[in-house]
Amino acid sequence: MDFSWIGQYYPYFIAGTVNTIVLAFFTVLFGVLIGIVVALMKISKNRLLKFVASAYIEFIRGTPLVVQISIVFYGLPVKFPEITFLGMEMERFIPGIIALSINSGAYVAEIFRAGIQAIDKGQTEAARSLGLTQAMAMRYVILPQAIRNILPALGNEFVVVIKESSIVYIIGIAELMFSSSIVRGATYRALEPLLLTAVIYFILTFTLSKFLGIAERRMRAGD
Amino acid sequence: MIKVNGLHKKFGKLHVLNGIDIEINKGEVVVVIGPSGSGKSTFLRCLNLLEHPTDGEIIFEGVSITSKHNDINKQRQKMGMVFQQFNLFPHLSVLENITLAPRKLKKLSKEEAEKKAFDLLKRIGLEEKANNYPGQLSGGQKQRIAIVRALAMSPDVMLFDEPTSALDPEMVGEVLDVMKKLASEGMTMVVVTHEMGFAKEVGTRVIFMDEGRILEENTPEELFGNPRNARTREFLSKIL
Ligand SMILES: Nc1ncnc2c1ncn2[C@@H]1O[C@H](COP(=O)(O)OP(=O)(O)OP(=O)(O)O)[C@@H](O)[C@H]1O
Ligand SMILES: [Mg+2]
Repeated sequence: MDFSWIGQYYPYFIAGTVNTIVLAFFTVLFGVLIGIVVALMKISKNRLLKFVASAYIEFIRGTPLVVQISIVFYGLPVKFPEITFLGMEMERFIPGIIALSINSGAYVAEIFRAGIQAIDKGQTEAARSLGLTQAMAMRYVILPQAIRNILPALGNEFVVVIKESSIVYIIGIAELMFSSSIVRGATYRALEPLLLTAVIYFILTFTLSKFLGIAERRMRAGD
Repeated sequence: MIKVNGLHKKFGKLHVLNGIDIEINKGEVVVVIGPSGSGKSTFLRCLNLLEHPTDGEIIFEGVSITSKHNDINKQRQKMGMVFQQFNLFPHLSVLENITLAPRKLKKLSKEEAEKKAFDLLKRIGLEEKANNYPGQLSGGQKQRIAIVRALAMSPDVMLFDEPTSALDPEMVGEVLDVMKKLASEGMTMVVVTHEMGFAKEVGTRVIFMDEGRILEENTPEELFGNPRNARTREFLSKIL
């Protein structure tokens, strides 16, 4: 084992870690927005909306993430702006976040759908019998209850996204995995940089899991 | 107040309501009885369109609520409903349960809505539970709150679907008392129940349903004392 390269190359890992966190953050943010809309489409009575939502979820879950990312980055005839912001190349970051969000959105949609459908039908009926509209019943009665089941699963999705985002190194986003490949190329050492990368991923996900666990216990205690 | 013409309801192939015709007038307490699966709940739930009739027409206060162009949310504000399983909102306090609909639909201020809620809670003697959550209440208390929640919208008619069936026997009385009081104040009520004592005491009309039809309807005295239909007699002999 030789970690002597760390002194010279550690800035890559710091930048990579920051970029991984930024990627995961925006992916979860947009994934949740997409997920809510798709979940509502899927439980709506409109056949077309239902079909579109189901097709989307099935397609995303049935195809590899690496293919989805490649489609968005190489396949789409779209020009993403070539600007660099805080060291992040937007022409790579934007398609990366788009692809990851579209992917995560399908899983988040299922989390929301399951959370909403776990609420007793009597709740909706009671709300509607008072004259509340479907949207009001959802907003004031169903979602506040569903969110208790949804949040823990959503936290778990955050952990998954941090790990899965590593795949975007194939389109040249300078996240953690990318950092380790730079070091490998420069020092001809493969194992050590990968080990360091693994440790950083583990610290990220482990810290997040612990933090989510505490938040969840707080929430349950508040009942 | 409510007029039902040729009401049919099918769930797939299952023909649950088979041509119901009835008129319910202001101030009446109509008690619906019948064997399990005869369509009592479905009938009641058609009245506020929680179930959509397959065929037929329901007219409420002069408006055809089954018409395609009708916005049922308007009439539902005038039709309170009480469920067997209470269906209180567990994440909201008693006060919030009661004030949610008046605040969102009647645009009452928080203060106005809470004042009305407290007035109603006082009438059932539960004002000290205002800030409790449903999980902290007994079944009887939950059902009385559920009644008050519906009353907070000042409905013109109240629909009850076996409101005491999920209760421990010692709590049935307190819920029936609230319903009796409501009846004595002139509330129009449609009540699906197995409580024959209640039917006799406050019912103005009893309806016997079987296999999705109204087989017999009469005053409580007549229907219980002198049932004409053989099926009614058979049903009453089983439960009385
Ligand atoms: N949503 C539904 N989908 C399919 N079948 C249903 C549905 N709701 C009710 N049914 C069926 O319709 C029939 C009548 O049901 P309903 O609940 O109206 O009877 P009920 O007279 O209220 O009976 P109970 O005294 O047991 O409450 C039953 O056979 C029931 O299984
Ligand atoms: Mg029933």
